[in-house]
Amino acid sequence: MNNLLSIDSVSKHYGDFTALNKVSLNIKEGSIFGLLGPNGAGKTTLIRIINQITQPDEGKVLFNNEPLNIKHIKDIGYLPEERGLYPKMTIGDQVVYLAQLKGLDRDTAKSELRKWFDKFEIDDWWNKKVTELSKGMAQKVQFIVTVLHKPKLLIFDEPFSGFDPINANLIKDEILDLREKGATIIFSTHRMESVEELCEDIALINKSNKILDGNLYDIKTKFKSNIYEVGVNASNPDSLNKELESIFETAKPSFKTIGENLKLNVKLNHKQNSDQLLKILNQNAKVIHFKEVIPSANEIFINSVENN
Amino acid sequence: MEHFSIITTREFLNKIGNKSFILMTILLPIILSGIGFLLTFLSSINNDTSKVISVVDKTGYIYEKLDSSNDIKYDLIGRSSSLDEARSISESKSDYGLLFIDNFDTPEMIAESIVFITEDSPSFSVIDRIESELETILTNENYRIEGIDINLINSSRIYIDLFQESFDGEETSRIDGLVSLMFGFFLGFLLYFFIFAYGSMIMMSVMEEKTNRIIEIIISSVKPFNLMTGKIIGVSLAGLTQVFIWMVMFFAFSFIFSTIFGIDGSYDSGEIMLSSNNEAGVSSFVLEMISAFMNLPLTNIFIAFILYFIGGYLLYAAIFASIGAAIDNQADAQQFMIPITLVVIIALYVGILTIPEDPNGIVAQIFSYIPFTSPIVMLMRIPNGVPLYEQIISLTILFSSVVFMIWIGAKIYRIGILMYGKKVTYGEIIKWLKY
Repeated sequence: MNNLLSIDSVSKHYGDFTALNKVSLNIKEGSIFGLLGPNGAGKTTLIRIINQITQPDEGKVLFNNEPLNIKHIKDIGYLPEERGLYPKMTIGDQVVYLAQLKGLDRDTAKSELRKWFDKFEIDDWWNKKVTELSKGMAQKVQFIVTVLHKPKLLIFDEPFSGFDPINANLIKDEILDLREKGATIIFSTHRMESVEELCEDIALINKSNKILDGNLYDIKTKFKSNIYEVGVNASNPDSLNKELESIFETAKPSFKTIGENLKLNVKLNHKQNSDQLLKILNQNAKVIHFKEVIPSANEIFINSVENN
Repeated sequence: MEHFSIITTREFLNKIGNKSFILMTILLPIILSGIGFLLTFLSSINNDTSKVISVVDKTGYIYEKLDSSNDIKYDLIGRSSSLDEARSISESKSDYGLLFIDNFDTPEMIAESIVFITEDSPSFSVIDRIESELETILTNENYRIEGIDINLINSSRIYIDLFQESFDGEETSRIDGLVSLMFGFFLGFLLYFFIFAYGSMIMMSVMEEKTNRIIEIIISSVKPFNLMTGKIIGVSLAGLTQVFIWMVMFFAFSFIFSTIFGIDGSYDSGEIMLSSNNEAGVSSFVLEMISAFMNLPLTNIFIAFILYFIGGYLLYAAIFASIGAAIDNQADAQQFMIPITLVVIIALYVGILTIPEDPNGIVAQIFSYIPFTSPIVMLMRIPNGVPLYEQIISLTILFSSVVFMIWIGAKIYRIGILMYGKKVTYGEIIKWLKY
């Protein structure tokens, strides 16, 4: 698949401080890409480089296989984490103004905005001022500003912060809908559950360096530690436990009780496989719970950052 | 370029539509002309009441020669009363003061013994007037005693009113000098006002975008340089519109004013009294003022005014824009505003203190080359005549500095607008310039 955005060993320094150190990323067209990392890792710097707010000191950025340049500004929509609106301008006026800056003409901007206002059922907001809106309402307006000019690439920095669960869901559905329509989305967040839900590919940036990237499924497979959660009803739980301990590495369980009389976390070594374990269990007990422990994005995040 | 016009339009409309801006535009001329009206009214009341000065004249010839006109009225209360008697009489009449003239052998001795007693401190103009009247009377008395013919002295006295001409052959006069000086000061102060009123408006507008956090959205569509310059031009156009409205209102008000108060609104001002009390009167003075004004190098003033105004304003506007970008709240603005205010005030002081003395003196010259002071100092100097080459050098320096300052300002602006929540120091800003 074509890469909409290719970032090739990009570095950025501020005086003695290195904000990004030779970071390379490829973002596939039509995908949702999770850009992860702790605070101050360099995510915002990278996003600002993609938006051409700052220039990289080294490396290059390709947009649709062309060097990133000023005409790409209209192809990118950006919802920053630190976002705001003009308090004294009416909602309609300022969205049209911001859309004009993205290259839309006045009339197109107005008619597109009408569509979004209809969609969100907020027609009466046109002549309101931001000071009359709640924070969540303002966020909706900012979302519309980001997508109004139908950009090919959308960058959302913590899009859900400040939304209640209902509106967060609404926005999440809109994001998925935009992807369906062909947009490519970069999604920067700390909320790992939304990463699991939305992202196909991720990259993890820590202390100015990329420490991990790739397909989320592949990464999870790579981070698997071959641990299985086991819950059984055994006629003689103690002897089964002893037998398992003698063959496998076992540990206290990490899951909640359902009605088993024996539960364990069992770790297999590289010579063993799950068939062996199941066979022993089936011979001695009724299996109620059997699950491979797959690391969550959250665990991968914490692990990688701590080990870095 | 497209962005530039969108931004300029928004800034302009936003300022023009702002409630406090509209209020200021309408109220300021009303308040100012109200104050002018009140002052004129009050001073006309003040001058209507003439000051009564009781006189005790033991010499028998001075009182007759005192001139009871122009709001001072001398009232003889005795020829032989003692000082204490006279004092109580005068006090009971609640006069402005008591002039006590004792009799001695010679005018010198009389002069030394004259006493003027008032309840409050008398005004300088009153003291001056009494002194000069008494001086004339006693000097003439001396001439008489010495047998000198006063008429002979008067007729042999020669009066000089120097006929002045500049080297370009234009006729000038003392009034010309005064008018050039006043007009120059007016231009200097106008620029001063413009720099601070609209410069700080630019600063607020930049800071507003930063503190509202809308800046990051805008800056992802617009180059910071375009945003900054668009803002400066938009706010300036709003400022010019405001000034234009004020001018229209000023002329309208002064028309109304003059129809109410007669031909000239400034009839009672002290200056005019001083220069016109000997003969002609007000209308000839006004004519002289107008002709003096027409004598000014008006084309030069006009062109220079436009150029220095644009240059000086842009120079400071770039500074204000970068301050707005560097700070997070208005309190932080103080540390950056103080040096700027100081420089501008120095420019004003240099203008006020050195130009009346010598418009082309060395201090005035130096300060009209320094770009931060040249717009104000030069504008004050030009009505007095400044060689063209000096203006060209000074304008070249000014506009090079404008380009340089906008370049520096854009750098600070570019970094500053994305720096949140940090109190910025001078050292930090210098570091930004290296990024």
